[in-house]
Amino acid sequence: MTPPSAAPAVASKLAENVVHFTRLLRAAGLRLGPASALDALAAAAAVDVLRRGELYWALHVVLVKRPEDFDLFDQAFRLFWRDPLGAAAATAALAQLLPSLRLPRPARLSRRLAEAWHPPRPRGGTAPGERTDRAAAGAALSFSADEVLRTRDFEQMSAEELARARRIVARLAVAPRPVATRRFAPDPHGERIDLARTARDSRKTLGDLAPLRFRSRLRRPPPLVVLCDVSGSMGRYSEMLLHFLHALIAGRERVHAFLFATRLTPVTRLLRRRDPDEALARCGRQVIDWAGGTRLRACLREFNRAWSRRVLGHGAVVLLVTDGLDRDPDPGLAAEADRLHRSCRRLVWLNPLLRWSGFSPRAQGVRALLPHVDEHRPVHNLDSLEALGRALAAPGHRPPHGR
Amino acid sequence: MDLPRSVEDTGRLLAAGRYVADESLSTAVFLALRLGRPLLLEGEAGVGKTEVAKVLAETLGRRLIRLQCYEGLDAATALYEWNYPRQMLEIRLAELGGEAGAEGRARLARDIFDERFLLKRPLLLALEPDAAGPPVLLVDELDRTDEPFEAFLLEVLSDFQVTIPEIGTVRAPAPPIVMLTSNRTREIHDALKRRCLYHWIGYPDAARELEILRLRAPAVAAALAEQVVRFVQRLRAADLFKLPGVAETLDWANALLALDRVALDAATVDATLGVLLKYQDDIDKTAGAPVVAMLAAP
Repeated sequence: MTPPSAAPAVASKLAENVVHFTRLLRAAGLRLGPASALDALAAAAAVDVLRRGELYWALHVVLVKRPEDFDLFDQAFRLFWRDPLGAAAATAALAQLLPSLRLPRPARLSRRLAEAWHPPRPRGGTAPGERTDRAAAGAALSFSADEVLRTRDFEQMSAEELARARRIVARLAVAPRPVATRRFAPDPHGERIDLARTARDSRKTLGDLAPLRFRSRLRRPPPLVVLCDVSGSMGRYSEMLLHFLHALIAGRERVHAFLFATRLTPVTRLLRRRDPDEALARCGRQVIDWAGGTRLRACLREFNRAWSRRVLGHGAVVLLVTDGLDRDPDPGLAAEADRLHRSCRRLVWLNPLLRWSGFSPRAQGVRALLPHVDEHRPVHNLDSLEALGRALAAPGHRPPHGR
Repeated sequence: MDLPRSVEDTGRLLAAGRYVADESLSTAVFLALRLGRPLLLEGEAGVGKTEVAKVLAETLGRRLIRLQCYEGLDAATALYEWNYPRQMLEIRLAELGGEAGAEGRARLARDIFDERFLLKRPLLLALEPDAAGPPVLLVDELDRTDEPFEAFLLEVLSDFQVTIPEIGTVRAPAPPIVMLTSNRTREIHDALKRRCLYHWIGYPDAARELEILRLRAPAVAAALAEQVVRFVQRLRAADLFKLPGVAETLDWANALLALDRVALDAATVDATLGVLLKYQDDIDKTAGAPVVAMLAAP
């Protein structure tokens, strides 16, 4: 791991910078451990660092593990190493590497990167050493800070706390309890005899039966459909829930997301972008009624009519995220909620207003919804999101093959 | 029979099988035949997706091979399976017959993987040569199955060949005519869609629906058929959870025929609404005054 000894001062400076660079990427959200910094050092030592193109690809090769991080790495590299390849060249190289994944280049720096580069706290010089100290201190503090964060309401978080909460949310694992499918898989402890494999095995013995093989039913989580209210009254919650949605969708099949305020917008495909900032920016452009009023009934109705048969097949679990405050309370809301309830395996209502212990269902919309949901849960802080994950993994109230 | 040579030809061919296709559907079918690509038909239940394949097989004189999809469909049910019980029986019989020695064993090993012991399922059948020409393979209600099967199907549809380890590769002499249908209870994966031509079958307009009724329920009097179509078309404009399809229209016309009605009246419609609408909410919403209004409107 020792850098070339020809110019020790230069080399140690390089090593320091490589480590800083790795930290910058980690702060920006790339999944890099300490081993990555060592790999990066080794890679930097192995190439001719005076030719910046070589350094770029050497670091790229060891630090970037997922195509969705290409952009972030590119921006970070140009920022940190003062544009070694030139923006155009870098873009062209990226485009050649992965033509199908080439995204329209974001005009601004990714917000994650910007925050990682300029931490929001006031600071003096920009000496790399100082930056390191602060990063290290931050890491040491983060555990206890996370504990406090868990119970704090999203609405009351500072920008920095929100950022940290977002990172925790991105790691939350929420999957509905797997249900039995009609497909079988080999399983030594299975309850059924796998005749096909038994017979195939007995070929070797020509007639003498080989030991019996077994199989059992394959289980997989049912589809998950999330309907998320992004109207003005949801405030900060909807932003955090979008991050939650993004984490839900990334890398999973059979998750569908819809945003609604005055109209319903399907956003599953938009949220499939792996970079949360890009995904959310795309959602923002697509949803024009962002932070407007809520027309709960109209949106549920549209979902029931246009989408329920397309996405609620195969026993889907529905998460309805809303505060239940309908701008124009409508008597038809109960009927739509009932229809939704009867079209899915399980309907869970996530309500940020439920955080107040004194919450009572007074609003008309809330009263209309309540009888038709299987579960009414708070969703206002990290703890409640985690509890949601546990609740979904537990057996539901309704029989598994109901309706 | 030869494949149609133009869009009009295709329309005529389908019409000969009593299927009333509009120009867009004829074009889709024509292109699927001409380009040799699978045709994915999507649409609401009861608009005649499956019927396209049936009529096509019938009018072209080809064999229709149908693979009905369901959740958990696997290669053993869709492609082939060895008949294990028979194989084992054969082995026991060989033992009883006293055929011993290395030579006997080798022959036995060869024999039990003979085609006699192969249970051919629809996909394999569709790859076999047929005297009448390549068969029509109908993969029905693809949305009912799951993603792993889709991936498997994609593989078969791209090569039209299947390798059975014990026998070898089965390759279709000419690719079958493939029709896939989906009720859209979930989205078909993009990769499979990309392989196929795609056509959405919507509800027919009044003129076409009347023509369908005339061809498929010829016993229904012209005046009644007209009334039926007008009512159903109005019903489709209403705000319902599940709109009636063409199949429901035909059922309803036949139901009215069975009741010996020659004209629609509100009481009859109310009594037979369950033939058209299959959700209680929808029936509640429609029965009574709305029916009267729909019948009365010019």
